[in-house]
Amino acid sequence: MSSSISSSHTRRTFLLTTGTLMVGLAVASYADAAEPEAVKIGLVAALSGNSALSGEAITRGMSIAIDEINAHGGVMGGRKLVLVRRDDESNPSKGQLAARELIEKEHVAIVFGGIDTPVSAALVNVMQELKRPYMGVWAAGTGITHNGKTPNYMFRVSAVDERVDLAMMKYAHKSYSTSKPGAILVNNPWGESNQKGLEKAAAELKMPLAGVEKYGANDVDITPQLSRLKAAGADSLILVGNAAPAAQVMKSLERMDWQVPVVSHWGISGGRFNELAGPRYKDVRFMQTYSFFGKQNPVGVKVLAELKKRYPEIKGPEDILAPVGVANSYDAMMLTALALNAAKSTDGDELREGFYKIPNYTGLIKTYKKPFKIGDNDALEDADYIWVRYDGKNALPVVQ
Amino acid sequence: MISLNVVIAGLVAGSMYGLLALGYHITWIVSNTVNFSQGASLMVGAVLGYVLHVRYGLPLAAAALATLILCALLGWLIQRCIVAPFAKSGSIAWLMSTIAFGIILENAVMLSFGKESRSMPSALSETPLRWFGSGIYPIELVIPVVGVACAIGLTIFLKTTLLGKALLAAAQNRDAALLQGIAVPRLVSLAYMVSTALAGLAGLLIAPKTNVYAGMGVLFGLKAFAVAIIGGIDSAVGVIVAGFLYGLIEATIAASMPTAYREIIGFSLVIVVLAIKPEGLFGRRTTQKV
Repeated sequence: MSSSISSSHTRRTFLLTTGTLMVGLAVASYADAAEPEAVKIGLVAALSGNSALSGEAITRGMSIAIDEINAHGGVMGGRKLVLVRRDDESNPSKGQLAARELIEKEHVAIVFGGIDTPVSAALVNVMQELKRPYMGVWAAGTGITHNGKTPNYMFRVSAVDERVDLAMMKYAHKSYSTSKPGAILVNNPWGESNQKGLEKAAAELKMPLAGVEKYGANDVDITPQLSRLKAAGADSLILVGNAAPAAQVMKSLERMDWQVPVVSHWGISGGRFNELAGPRYKDVRFMQTYSFFGKQNPVGVKVLAELKKRYPEIKGPEDILAPVGVANSYDAMMLTALALNAAKSTDGDELREGFYKIPNYTGLIKTYKKPFKIGDNDALEDADYIWVRYDGKNALPVVQ
Repeated sequence: MISLNVVIAGLVAGSMYGLLALGYHITWIVSNTVNFSQGASLMVGAVLGYVLHVRYGLPLAAAALATLILCALLGWLIQRCIVAPFAKSGSIAWLMSTIAFGIILENAVMLSFGKESRSMPSALSETPLRWFGSGIYPIELVIPVVGVACAIGLTIFLKTTLLGKALLAAAQNRDAALLQGIAVPRLVSLAYMVSTALAGLAGLLIAPKTNVYAGMGVLFGLKAFAVAIIGGIDSAVGVIVAGFLYGLIEATIAASMPTAYREIIGFSLVIVVLAIKPEGLFGRRTTQKV
């Protein structure tokens, strides 16, 4: 008898389990049909360490754009976007590993990059090998997109060193009537990259450089280098360096009592330049791709309102940390969604082609008209850069 | 292009090297050991000064005094926990343990204080004085004066006070000093306290010029050891003079050629001195009986 009870119990359990599984599968397949598979968007950026702020700014810009896209029905006829982040710790090899993992295991459609040029440069070969598009939203190294590869999977919505160098020379000429600028560059690969760009710009503009001087990242007295530029007849200075070392340049100018216009790359915006550089910090004009100060376009009004809503610590533009990171990544994400729609596929090659088919789009930074062209994967031109100056901790646009 | 600015820049850097090198000198003469975390101790002095003065609002003098006391305590800790356990057994593992402790200090400061540079406010570094066409910040005049005063003060202390004489006795013959009732282990701890306090003082002095950040002591510590070797690590006057010489040479090189040459020529000089005069420019040649 006990055997018969046990047998009936087993049969009942079997039928119940099978039935549940079948219902489950049916529900799952119905859900699949109702909810198309999400498109994963990868981000490999510094999320910890000294540059963690940049990773946070990029995340904010991308998240606002992704939520806006999803609220409007997603991409490719209803597929939602999902952000998958990995921390490169500003380390090129960790960035390479993270990008591989995102592409091979997470099957992301595209990888967005962060602030560090060495990491982005190291990703060129990975993206080319795995045939997956890359979108740079901060690192400005010329070689990231101008890499000699065909087809080229590296795209960017950010500044480009070579274009910044040309823009700095033009700005110095236009705003200060300079004809012989001197270059004062940090002594590292970034400084060298800009030296090439400045020499090229000088030849293009027929505006010779008075000289090129380098300073160490830990130097506290840059008077000798500046004295040489002064003796060579420099009538303005083009400054390249991060906040702390560039601040020593300004202190040395104060020591020399040399009142000379200074035009800078955006490196000084990554630290406490206004605090470190002494009274001359206000004299520097530097480039940005966007500012939340001043009159905003409709997209700017929308993004600023969203930032205030999501992050209670943001009361106004002065509280937005690393605004170029937010702005570049917002526009880059919007352009990527348009490229996905144009490609109608997440296949790497088709998506790469999709970037060249993007229709006109009015974004935060500008109205993009065919932002990417074969042979030019950079969406921003030197004319798109804006010029700002510090007033306290705020980088205010300069009225031109 | 040797201007007043170049001379001042050389004297400022030189006195920093000298102060740190004095720290190497003191521990060496008393215990035949040195603290390779001197550079990190300089950074700790600057960071403590900044935190106490800027974040907690202590008056500068009180913050400086508290910093020196805390640095002296750090020196005691280094000697007791990082150096003594190895030195007792005759091992030279203290060399590695002090380097490791310096790295630990630097990373601990990065985690707690952050990696960004901070500006140390000082009335002495706001407006430069204009002399003979050169601009000189008042702090740049104070630093060499303090450096020389410390060297003179230390020499007077060692030659005229009982404690100083005990230190010298321990330095000359540790066993004889112990037999005379001198508490040599305590003197070694004291030497480390003075050494680390000197590093802290250097950090406080240089902070308004270099700004405050976790990595600020690395190159200073290395160059100060080079200076101690050039000057002769057993000579207080030697290390201070060598500090000024090294600083002036560096500033002259920086003024006349690309900055990369500064380190090439500076460290080549160390090798040349070691080859020609292994005991240093002012050191005593010692003979060892076997």
